Amino acid sequence: MTSKTNNINKELTVKSTTNNLAIIREFVENIARESGFSKEIVSKISLAVDEACTNVIKHAYKFSPDREIKILTQFNDSKLTIRITDSGDKFDPNLIPEPNLKEYHKQKKVGGLGMFLMKKLMDEVQYLTLSGNQNQVVLVKYLA
Amino acid sequence: MADFNVNVRGVGSVSVIDVKGYLDAHTAPQLENAFNQLIDGSKYKVVVNFNDLSYISSAGLGVFMAYVETMRENKGDIKFSNMQDGVYNIFDLLGFPMLYEFYKNENEAIEKFKESISK
Repeated sequence: MTSKTNNINKELTVKSTTNNLAIIREFVENIARESGFSKEIVSKISLAVDEACTNVIKHAYKFSPDREIKILTQFNDSKLTIRITDSGDKFDPNLIPEPNLKEYHKQKKVGGLGMFLMKKLMDEVQYLTLSGNQNQVVLVKYLA
Repeated sequence: MADFNVNVRGVGSVSVIDVKGYLDAHTAPQLENAFNQLIDGSKYKVVVNFNDLSYISSAGLGVFMAYVETMRENKGDIKFSNMQDGVYNIFDLLGFPMLYEFYKNENEAIEKFKESISK
């Protein structure tokens, strides 16, 4: 059994289809578990990554199925960093307001929930634009 | 592949949807189909039994948000029962307890519909 192994770097590249979400979650859950996170936190990390990848599939790639999503993970000094990279449409997180939940339900608007959840579930969420028209979401969780 | 199953049962005038496995953006359309069929059959009183659901993402939560108004406008509702703690926590994070009823078991939820009929 491995726990708290330092400096684990792992990578997974999958096509941009929703049926890969289960594979992505399993990949991330294994890493989070190996990094020493509790079962509860492992589930949170897994959901946050699912939400990030769902957003990539829906919004960056508009459900086009043969694009690529790259997931890079790094565990170092009690910090798990997960980088999700796509080469789809650029996304400005500032254009999506933080939802007022009560209003949100009334509006019947379904969207933006994923971003909101990611912020609630992770310690840090960052959106980057990389060279070569790539977008990256960086999710960070600290091992308490 | 995400393993997900949806099954609809009638209990008197109430429809119970059993959801099982993993509800994400890939499997959410199966749940949408179940709701569409209920609406086609003018069945608006719905209890969703979460006993066998292990996972939900916002794509799954969005399904309930998309259909609840239609149910309520037709004197029905979507009520939730038998939810595992991990799944409930996600509903809670997104403010669902303010606007939806959650019950420990399916019968309690069904009874609530009966009460509102007799009123």
